[in-house]
This record gives sequence, C-alpha cells and structure tokens, in this order.
Amino acid sequence: MADKLQFDLVSPEARVFSGAVDMVVVPGTEGDFGVLPDHAPFMATIRTGAIEVHSDGSVSRIFIHGGFAEVTPQGLTILAEETAELATLDAADIRAKLEAARLRAKDAGDDGEREQAEAEIAKLEAMQAAMELKH
Amino acid sequence: MASLKDLRNRISSVKSTQKITKAMQMVAAAKLRRAQDSAQAARPYAQKMAQVMANLANGIVAGPETPRLLTGTGKSDTVLLLVLSADRGLCGGFNTNIARLARERVAALIGEGKNVKIITVGKKGFDALKRLHRERIVSAMELKDAASPAALAARVGEEVRKLFDAGGFDVCELISSEFVSVISQKPKARTLIPAREAIDPDAPAPDLNGAIYEYEPDEEGILTALLPRYVDTVVLSALLENAAGEMGARMAAMDNATRNAGELIDKLNLQFNRTRQAKITTELTEIISGAEAV
Repeated sequence: MADKLQFDLVSPEARVFSGAVDMVVVPGTEGDFGVLPDHAPFMATIRTGAIEVHSDGSVSRIFIHGGFAEVTPQGLTILAEETAELATLDAADIRAKLEAARLRAKDAGDDGEREQAEAEIAKLEAMQAAMELKH
Repeated sequence: MASLKDLRNRISSVKSTQKITKAMQMVAAAKLRRAQDSAQAARPYAQKMAQVMANLANGIVAGPETPRLLTGTGKSDTVLLLVLSADRGLCGGFNTNIARLARERVAALIGEGKNVKIITVGKKGFDALKRLHRERIVSAMELKDAASPAALAARVGEEVRKLFDAGGFDVCELISSEFVSVISQKPKARTLIPAREAIDPDAPAPDLNGAIYEYEPDEEGILTALLPRYVDTVVLSALLENAAGEMGARMAAMDNATRNAGELIDKLNLQFNRTRQAKITTELTEIISGAEAV
C-alpha cells in the first residue's frame, strides 16, 4: 500500500507508539472498527481490549484500557489510560493478580473498595481474553 | 568567649549539617530530572485531551442533557479549592507560597459572600491551612497515600466528582505551583469545574479539510465519558508540575543552605584561630613575666 496511516498511541505516562502503519483495528464501545489511511474525521470512545496494528504484513497487538480514539486527516490518535504490549504480558502473572483482585472484592469493607476491585477484575479479565485470542 | 573545645564542636556540627544539605541538594537534583521527564512525558496526553475537549465543548450547544461537569450548576455560591502542595518541607518558599495564595483566595471568596470548601493534597498544604480554616477542609490527602501520581490523580478526581455530584460545590478552583523554571515556581489558581471555563477557547482545532466529525456514541455520550478523565488529566499534570517544582525549590534551598554553611564554617574557623593565638599569647606572656619576676 502506498499510503500510510499516521498512528499515535498516547498514555498519561508516555507516547507509547508513533509511526506510519497500514491499518489499526480499534475496539470501540459500539463495536470494533478498522482505520485505514484517509479515513473520515471520527471520534469514538474505547472499550477495554486490544488494538491491532497492521504494518507491513505484520500485526502487533497492544492492550489498552480506558480512553478514546480520534481520527483526523492527519492520522489516528488514541488516548489510553493504560497500555501494555500483549507480547510482554505474562499469563500467570495476570491470573495471580486476578485472583488477588477477586479476593479484595469479596473482603471489601465498603462500596468504594469493592467498586475499585471490580473495575480491576473487569480490566484483568479483558486482558486475559485479549491474550487468549492470540494463542 | 567561647572555649576552643566549644568552637571545635561547633565547627564539626556545622560541617555535618553542610554534608546533609549537600546530599539533599544532589538528591533533589536527580529527582528533579526524573520529575521533569515524567512531566514532559505526560504533556502530549494532556495537550491532546485539552484539544479534543475544546473541540467538543465548542461544538456542543448547552442543553439540559449536557453534563454538568462541563457547564456547571449555573451558580457559583460554593467554591471548592483544591490545594496541591508537597508532603515535605525544606524546599524554600514552595509550600508557603501555595498556602499563601490559598489563604488569599479563601479570604477573597468569603469577601464576595461565597461558601468555601477546601480539599488539600499534600501534607504541608494541610498543615498550613488547618490552623485558620480547619472547618472548611472537607478532605485531606497526602502524596504518599497513592502508589503513583496517576493513581493519586484518579483518586483526587473521583473525590472531587463525588462531591460535585452530591451538590457539594458549584465551582472548583485548582491551586498549584506553576513550574516557570528550575529556580522559579509561581503558585497559581485556575478553574477546574465547570470545565467549559477551564478550556482554552483558543486551542487549535485540527484541520479537517472541511469535513465534520462523526461521533460514536454521540457527542454527549463522549463528553460524559471524557469529562471525568479530563478532570483527572488536569489534576495529574498539575501534580507532576508540582513535583518538579518541589524538587527545583528544594534544590535551590539546599544549595543556599550549603553555601551558608560554608560561610559559617569560614567564620568559625577564623574565630577558632584567633582564640587559639590569643591563648598562646597569654600563655607566653605569663611565662615571660614569671621568668622576669625570678
């Protein structure tokens, strides 16, 4: 493909990814959508899950949590609260964290604590699902 | 007149103080770099967020459906001051300046007949404000309560939103330190809620080549999802800027302290030598006059 899509993935901590790619598939709250070069201006909130970055025939998957995507003629920008390269994640580690979060949810003293733990569980489950999809 | 032993003790005590201030200065310098780096790293996110918010806010027509975080309650009777400071002292006028601005704002707002509530983030801000305004402080957090600045910002944001949703206040002002340069930090106050007043209307809109945005879900849905995050982002960048400012202020303060200690040591050394010589002279005189008397 001659045309490339400028893609930026930005989290509060750092600019995670910036470069020209062929296509990005984003999990929107109302369904996944793929962004190709010269996409119409578009703004959407994001579901917790993995984005797929297609570049020169290879696909890399990045886990994102919370945020939104904005498509302008200049390219695609995703603002995410949390990001993680799926390839670097450890399944056992996530399972352990999930276990701990479930325990916290059960023993939570007040609603705030429980809500926090439940949000964590939802995030970790999405992370797990995204990983399993890959294998 | 201090004895030689006293002077010697004094000199060694000042010397060890100087060592401590020197170490603190170097630690602050190292931490400053890290704080500046993380403030820098957070900037693209905050900028993009502000841009998108401005874009959305300018495009939307305020109606009953519009989130109140954006438009406010239509009143400004109760003002919440969110005061960000440091947990630790020994950083020059950093905390004092923030607390002073906060006190001035409280006085000004009360003068206008408004209710004032305060949330402090950072131990020193709470310490400085509790004496005069204990009953106005609705919540006090410390920086070390959270694992990371991002986690702290999320907690602060949640606390503020909870209070807002419960009708606890109409306007929220954020008081924190602006990082002008390594040696200069300026406390400043800005509006956080309603977000419409906080958003820079001149933020550059992206060039769409005449096309218009499509939204998914609709604009209001996005705003509802985005506004809380926007509040968190503003708090986070203020926290990071504060952290950098604190380290800069501490570095400057400790540099001064080290230099002062050096001057003091010089002075004490001079005094020590004078005293020693005076003592020798006295002894000599005594010996000579004793010898003459024989």
